[in-house]
Amino acid sequence: MSTPESHGSNYHQISRKRRIVEDKRFVTGQGKYVQDVPLPNLKHAAVLPSPYPRARIKSINAEAALALEGVIGVVTGVEIAEHVTPLYHGIDLPNVRWYPLANEMTRYAGEWVAVVVAEDRFIAEDALDLIEVDYEPLDPVVDPEKALNDPSALVHPDHGTNLIFEGNFTWGPVEGDFAAADYNLSFRVRWGRSSTVPIETFGVQAQWEPGIDTLNVWASIQMPNYQEQIATALGLPTSSVRVLQDVDVGGSYGVKRGVKHTVMVGYLSRKYGVPVRFIEDRLNNMSGGDNHGPDRIFYSDVAFNDDGVITSLKIKAIDDCGAYPGRGPFQLGKPIAAIVGPYRINSVQYNPISVTTNKSGQVPVRGMGQGPTNFMIESAVDHVARHLDLDRIEVRRRNFIRADEFPYENPSGTKYDSGDYHTVMDKALELASYDDLVKRRDEVRASGKLAGIGVGACLEPSGGNNMFEYLFNPKLEISTFMEGCQVRVDATGQIVGTMATTTSGQGHETLVATIVGEDLERDPDDIRVMHADSLSGLPTRSPIASRMAVMLGGAASGAAKKIKDKLLAIAAHNLEKPVSELEYEGGDIFDRADPSRKLTWSQLVHIAYRQYHNLPEGMEPGLQAIHVEQVPLGGQLPDENNKVQLYPCFSFQAHIPFVEIDPGTGKVIVHDYIIAHDCGTVINPDIVRGMIIGGVAHGIGAALYEKFAYGEDGQFLSGTFVDYVMPSVFEVPYVKDAEHCTPSPLTSHGQKGSGEGGYLGAPAAMASAVNDALQPLGLTIYELPMRMTDIENLLNGS
Amino acid sequence: MSRRDISLTVNGKALSGAAEPRMTLLDFLRDVLGLSGTHMGCEHGVCGACTVIHEGQPVRSCLMLAVQAERQSIETIEGLAGEDGSPSVLQDAFRDAHGLQCGYCTPGMLMSAEALLRENTSPTDENIREAIGGNICRCTGYTQIIDSIRLAAERLREASS
Repeated sequence: MSTPESHGSNYHQISRKRRIVEDKRFVTGQGKYVQDVPLPNLKHAAVLPSPYPRARIKSINAEAALALEGVIGVVTGVEIAEHVTPLYHGIDLPNVRWYPLANEMTRYAGEWVAVVVAEDRFIAEDALDLIEVDYEPLDPVVDPEKALNDPSALVHPDHGTNLIFEGNFTWGPVEGDFAAADYNLSFRVRWGRSSTVPIETFGVQAQWEPGIDTLNVWASIQMPNYQEQIATALGLPTSSVRVLQDVDVGGSYGVKRGVKHTVMVGYLSRKYGVPVRFIEDRLNNMSGGDNHGPDRIFYSDVAFNDDGVITSLKIKAIDDCGAYPGRGPFQLGKPIAAIVGPYRINSVQYNPISVTTNKSGQVPVRGMGQGPTNFMIESAVDHVARHLDLDRIEVRRRNFIRADEFPYENPSGTKYDSGDYHTVMDKALELASYDDLVKRRDEVRASGKLAGIGVGACLEPSGGNNMFEYLFNPKLEISTFMEGCQVRVDATGQIVGTMATTTSGQGHETLVATIVGEDLERDPDDIRVMHADSLSGLPTRSPIASRMAVMLGGAASGAAKKIKDKLLAIAAHNLEKPVSELEYEGGDIFDRADPSRKLTWSQLVHIAYRQYHNLPEGMEPGLQAIHVEQVPLGGQLPDENNKVQLYPCFSFQAHIPFVEIDPGTGKVIVHDYIIAHDCGTVINPDIVRGMIIGGVAHGIGAALYEKFAYGEDGQFLSGTFVDYVMPSVFEVPYVKDAEHCTPSPLTSHGQKGSGEGGYLGAPAAMASAVNDALQPLGLTIYELPMRMTDIENLLNGS
Repeated sequence: MSRRDISLTVNGKALSGAAEPRMTLLDFLRDVLGLSGTHMGCEHGVCGACTVIHEGQPVRSCLMLAVQAERQSIETIEGLAGEDGSPSVLQDAFRDAHGLQCGYCTPGMLMSAEALLRENTSPTDENIREAIGGNICRCTGYTQIIDSIRLAAERLREASS
């Protein structure tokens, strides 16, 4: 039995250091990304962006472009809208029509209005310059709060309002708790528009094969229901769309959801009878890819007592989803899973509002909205500490759910599976040498500079039970979020695992090989892992929602156990002993009473494949098994009070950054970053460490640098990596991390997710550090990103 | 636009191909010479994904035209491994310390690190940061990349002592 401190050390493969299977091809330049997949007679597409944030398209003249040698065709939004159905939003929005290209009206600066297909990309881009578009510019809708309150300009006139969604949820006795509390405080926090911005832009190529009525699609994709959404928009049966999943994806962290790109390319391939590739250039990606993240304003009230114990929260969250919401508004729903964070807050009122503006559309970003919400929750805790002049760590400790309270049901009905938040916080403080850190900070301050220590905690919901979709749209009565895996032992005893999705750096092949190797007691390095295409594949919800360790891990384990059970049944039949008297060891099976009576792995496999006469009566020959894992605790719809289990597993992190601020320029220098984390049983320590630290770097970016800025005129101001600044190695310190392990009781080996926590906690911790540095000046900042100029302006009193 | 024949040395081999004068070295390597290990990230010289070694120095192949490489020496990720395909010390160290995740920035990161370690097998952490300061990685947060380069340097020192 694994103990909390053993880190799963009773396992033979799991938790052990092991080289990552995927790394071999990447360090030798042999990754196979979408741009590396050759196709015969491949043509290339380029798109024409709108220069106006809001304009009527009066006419498009493509004659000169069509006359250019090497141009195959030009397609406009009007044409494509006649042939495809509008793309999917999560919320029911029949009058918010989203097409691959702007149809009659452009709704943001950078929106694609036409596409050229040509022999090569150079010719396609040359042709773009020859397209004449006659626009009638209109005043844009830029400010989300104005868009709600003064709806004189509508982003989608047929929709009749700029409001996309509003929810009103009350969980527990909010008014009573506020009335009974010693204090309450109102505060505002702002999360800026950013995204994960992978180094590989989104790319896709499609090839229509009329002889077999099949659209083959290769894409740098990471999303659920991709095949279905393409098929629906193009009017094809899903059985005619084959998404090839063995494409390496050059980073995603949630955002690679190029349905509009794919529908466009699929349409072009069918129309012109040639395979077509479209790879976003960087400006396409930044301005027109419909892949921006949450852009959120919180107005919150927190009720608390003299001792720092927080009793209730009222949260109003206004999120600017841009012109095309997609699944964006659900990013207000996912945070309901941990709406009180790791704290014992008794009641919550939640008023999420999604509003449309003339900006690029929204996609789920790492953590699906939990990052902004966690920043708000942590800001509440810091406000309370400051108001009462209590230590920030002590206030957290007084409010943390205690280790003996799990499973703990939060006010919105989700049970947290396990955890030991106090111990993890202690590990972070110990690794940070917290008392010394305070001395260092005070020494820097004494020298006339600004220095601060951040304290942040966060929960990472993992496993992905997306019942929040139902809370936002009851038509989505979907209560399973399954994942499938196949394990096959071939006739020579080699093992092949098959998963059903692409992978974008999470090491899923290593995950499957490690778990199957653990359960079958075979060497994971000898286990091959493949990605089935969407026609030959398995049920999947894709690698979103910090779910693959839990769900693909569970599926791989389930399939391995079915193989093991079959081997035991074969052995029982041949050794004439009941299974209960047999021992399985390393793939061999022997009679416990007489170990010399033994069948080896090879012998068992041989029987399964070659000796039907030695199989138990009625047993299917061969050795393969599919397991489809249902999400733990899933299957329930919300009750009449909108209470429901969202996500099964909850990882926890404690973050402690140490920063210095240059008082002259406002530049924040992150000197140290310490994080302690608990994601249950660690499957692969290097993968977990990389995920956690990579998430921290993302969070430092969201906190200090990254912003998709728009001018008041609606123009996009962040189209390059010089304007949209991401952390380089100079901005991220060497992150020190400590592990803790409280296994989840709900998963195959006690594992939980680890892909999001670094990103969910870092922005809050960074804000805490900056505010600690500013405290001697009596200044505060609760608006991200806290760019150098923002802090400089604050220091200058402007 | 007319194409010009370009002859150059790539990974020690004499190669040639035709390119328009406006074609970048990046596109030439990938689309004309078929060396797809070098990756396109931003196409404006910031992210470093397309880094190759040109005449011994790391450069961004998106900021260099193919015609500028005429009669020059270029090294790419495909040239790091040994003749028999065995991984270099640096490649092996990146695997051992898991200095990558999605692998997309990795070729550029490795070429920058390669250029450093050829000059200096005892780099300080500051040397390492300087060397990869022009390579953005969105996955790792750089910590395991620094570990990888430290490990490679250590192994190179051991091998030469």
